[in-house]
Amino acid sequence: MSRAKGESKQAQSGGFRVLSHPILAVVERPEISFTFNGNPMKAYEGEVVTTALFAGGVQVFGHHPRDGSPQGIFCANGQCSQCTVLVDGLPVKGCMVPVRAGMKIGSCEGSPALPADDDLPAFREIPAIETDVLIIGGGPAGINAAIELGLLGAKTLVVDDKNEFGGKLTLQTHTFFGSRDDCYAGTRGIEIARILTHQLERFPSVSVMLGTTAVGAFCDKQVGLQQGGNYFQVKPRAVLVACGAREKNLAFQGCDLPGVYGAGAFQTLLNRDLVRPTERLFIVGGGNVGLITGYHAIQAGIKVVGLVEALPRCGGYKVHLDKLRRLGVPIHTSHTILRAEGAEKLERITIAGVDGNFKPVAGTERSYRVDTLLIAVGLSPVNELYEKLVEYGIECYKAGDAEEIAEASAAIFSGKITGRKIARSLGYEIDIPDEWNSTAAILRSKPGRTAQPDLPRLERRVYPLIRCVQEIPCNPCADSCPRNSIALRGDSIMNNPVFDGDCIGCANCVAVCPGLAIGLIMPEYDAESKTSLLVLPYELDTKDLAAGRRVETVDMEGNAVGVGTIVAFRTSNIDAKRKIVSIEVPADEAYSVAGFAVLVPEAGESGAVAAEPVPDDTIICRCERITAGEVRGEIRAGVRDMNILKATIRTGMGACGGKTCTELILRLYREMDVDLSEVTLPTNRPFTAEVPLGVFAGAGSEGGEA
Amino acid sequence: MSRTNYDAIVIGAGSAGLAIAYYLTLEGLQVLVLDSEASPGQGQNKAAIGGVRATHSDGAKITLCLQSLEFYSTFEEKTGIDLGWVPGGYSFPVYREEEEKILKGILPTQKKNGLVIDWYGPERIKELIPGINENGLRGGTFSPGDGQVSPLKYAAALWKESKDRGCEYHFKEPVTRLVVKQGRIHGVKTGKGVYHSDIVVNAAGSYAKEIGAMAGIEIPVVPDCHEAGISAPMERFFDPLVVDIRPGPEGKTKNFYFGQNDRGQVIFCYTPLVPILGTNRENTSEFMTVIARRMIDLIPRLKNMLIRRVWRGLYPMTPDGIIILDRVREVKGFYLAVGMCGQGFMLGPGVGLNMANFILRGKPVIPQEIWNSISFYRDYYAGRKEALK
Repeated sequence: MSRAKGESKQAQSGGFRVLSHPILAVVERPEISFTFNGNPMKAYEGEVVTTALFAGGVQVFGHHPRDGSPQGIFCANGQCSQCTVLVDGLPVKGCMVPVRAGMKIGSCEGSPALPADDDLPAFREIPAIETDVLIIGGGPAGINAAIELGLLGAKTLVVDDKNEFGGKLTLQTHTFFGSRDDCYAGTRGIEIARILTHQLERFPSVSVMLGTTAVGAFCDKQVGLQQGGNYFQVKPRAVLVACGAREKNLAFQGCDLPGVYGAGAFQTLLNRDLVRPTERLFIVGGGNVGLITGYHAIQAGIKVVGLVEALPRCGGYKVHLDKLRRLGVPIHTSHTILRAEGAEKLERITIAGVDGNFKPVAGTERSYRVDTLLIAVGLSPVNELYEKLVEYGIECYKAGDAEEIAEASAAIFSGKITGRKIARSLGYEIDIPDEWNSTAAILRSKPGRTAQPDLPRLERRVYPLIRCVQEIPCNPCADSCPRNSIALRGDSIMNNPVFDGDCIGCANCVAVCPGLAIGLIMPEYDAESKTSLLVLPYELDTKDLAAGRRVETVDMEGNAVGVGTIVAFRTSNIDAKRKIVSIEVPADEAYSVAGFAVLVPEAGESGAVAAEPVPDDTIICRCERITAGEVRGEIRAGVRDMNILKATIRTGMGACGGKTCTELILRLYREMDVDLSEVTLPTNRPFTAEVPLGVFAGAGSEGGEA
Repeated sequence: MSRTNYDAIVIGAGSAGLAIAYYLTLEGLQVLVLDSEASPGQGQNKAAIGGVRATHSDGAKITLCLQSLEFYSTFEEKTGIDLGWVPGGYSFPVYREEEEKILKGILPTQKKNGLVIDWYGPERIKELIPGINENGLRGGTFSPGDGQVSPLKYAAALWKESKDRGCEYHFKEPVTRLVVKQGRIHGVKTGKGVYHSDIVVNAAGSYAKEIGAMAGIEIPVVPDCHEAGISAPMERFFDPLVVDIRPGPEGKTKNFYFGQNDRGQVIFCYTPLVPILGTNRENTSEFMTVIARRMIDLIPRLKNMLIRRVWRGLYPMTPDGIIILDRVREVKGFYLAVGMCGQGFMLGPGVGLNMANFILRGKPVIPQEIWNSISFYRDYYAGRKEALK
């Protein structure tokens, strides 16, 4: 296996592990040994195979049978099958299987051979599980629904395919927006996951199964569950599908190269598993996911070389965008990714400006040397199972991202509401408060208007400067002030906050604001030399915060202002992970400064490449390695039924069952001006994941727990 | 203005209808194919597992399938289009005396009709099917001329080949009426219009009975359903399609069969002991738990094979399990290619070739006496039964 330059050195020093992190605790874990292609490697107990391989510098897991192309990670979420490796000779999704001591892992080269293991196993009965409610997915929506059902004593089973509850909360190291009372605003996602999981454990009527995938729904109203080597059949009275979302894919030249993967996969590696998979990172997509991921990367000391967003403005919260801009990440709006290049793994990308029709503009191309490119172009609900349940007439509900893509705070509410709806369907007499619905609607809302910042120059020793100017659902600052001097401008949680009253300089508001949009100012810090003192939030490694260090100051949006000097830093009163740093700046610049740069922006190299956004050799179906040219050929030949594409070019016939390529193919239809009402979508069939035959026979080898 | 007059109209773009349309088009006819689905092969064709064997007990099926095998095994050579042909033969391994008797008993008929097949001892069967359970294995049959094809590729290829030669296809257009006057067919009616032709072929598969009723003809075809599944690709480790005709110990399976296709995927299916009548194509929770035990019991190493997808397809059954190819005497110009009994795909090219000849020249390619045995007007209850269903 070849490695990109720079990796091997890092691998030798064990440099892919996060050794310290400003937010996450790095705890000692028992180390175990395994081999990869015969080479000894180390892993931490409990982590999944792909994480252990990434930690050892392995990012190529095999080569595709069709064309020998290298295969890397894409979703790290059990949705695609890009990370298939051989574990003791058998193909598995590396992102779902925990590594065990002594495991023999091999890269998957072509079609794997079925081991000649000719022992006839014993067949056990397939256990039937009795429950009133089956909840598929233990993220914010699923857990909250289970809590509502648990409070009523309804017999509920919650299953999750990961080995801990919390869903995507377990990746979210940032503090949450929303309101404190309703959805833990101001608390970090990873903490919320812990709080919710503890609550779940309180209810005797709620049982849980981790590491368990709901693989199919059947017309006899059963749902099949796989946990390790065991298969279970459940016949619930109602099912809640709360299995979240999967990341959308983007087609461009080289999109299939190892090193190009989903932002969620990156967050999984970094924030859940404490592996630092990259030195130089680029991001596609300026929604909240892309922006937050960039921030997470910088927190782990990773160089974020840039971010492209095809629209003229980033769609994520302005405060998230501003965090990146202040730290020095170039944000290329009205730009697109043109090409990813590398031999076995990503080495270089090229971006270009786009015109009003999102077509690349010749002459605007810039290339950057990066080892990782994250795709953060939106999410689609994981709802195949829901559709089957509906088809088979099984009483079913959906909540969270599986219902509608929104923030986790909204998922919490959608889970609570749906939990009660299910309870009502089971005959429990319980109301759903009107305000739950209205809160859920607000938490789901897109950002509203952006006002100009109002930074009054007051005759006070110290007071807050509030740069929160975009309407988003958030209010922890108002709750944090011991003098009640911060209030929202109206009744809605969407209104912006304003300072009016006393300030004792406690900096609670600085510490709590999830958007890092509040600082304190002491206008007359040194009257003689005409300097002011600014108190700002800081969530990176503190090694660069030495008192007396000169820093290049920037305004809220990251534009250079001048130079300041670090005076001191301390841990905030209310969030041990957030630091409060004070810097001395010239008084005439004080109202402009909102932070200081950390990264040095890079301009890239200009270099002309073909400005065709999706050339014919672009891979559309990853599982079967089908190109855009092959799909276009079929569309040109008149194929309008995607089921025929399965027959002629095999799109959607692979392991993922069309989860990643269906949307990309629809985009090609649109590009070729085909009326989408003429296009028949592919038939969706069980199973949602590949299952060994022996599991169905009750012949699996691993023990499980129900 | 789009055309409304055709030399022939075929109802159904499935395994049989596509082949009939293809051969009629090759003969120079202007053909229209109507189907209620969105594209060709979307009924039961795509539910077929792809095995093509002349290993039957009935002379008509043997001869028709030999013609299909000739078609499938030479198609790529002739057209350059890959149908996923795997010339691996069929093997029926045997563990009990009663199955040995059945299989040995039909060998003479099979050989008489031109099938290359023989009985082999356990050693040869073990070579053919590596990893097969040796416990009690008595031997089995092997017919090397049989093989496998991708049903999906077949449907797409015939559609494209015939379309390129002028055959017209109207999808999402179910036939609502047959135009019959004074004992003669004149065309068909759909929700979108009337199409005229003196030749109309009913190749509507599981819906053949409903189409027949539109001409006042009672066709004894009733669908039942079978489930099937497919694995992830693996390196090829066995070539023949394997059929185990023992009934299952679980009391649900009459027999089961599977093969490894050109992509290295194992496709498998069982015949329910008690037929499940109707057109329901929904997945049951029972199928995988039942077939998994049968397959692992036969080839234990299959326990580690990854299962990718399952589906359910229909077998349009006749009372004697044998197809119907004929013209309707009461309605001149109305032809039947129905009651494929779940073997439309392996019979398809043979059906197309014979129907085209029968329609144009009044006589099939296969011997007349065999043709007579698949007549619409035969006695379905004379005691003839296909032994290898």
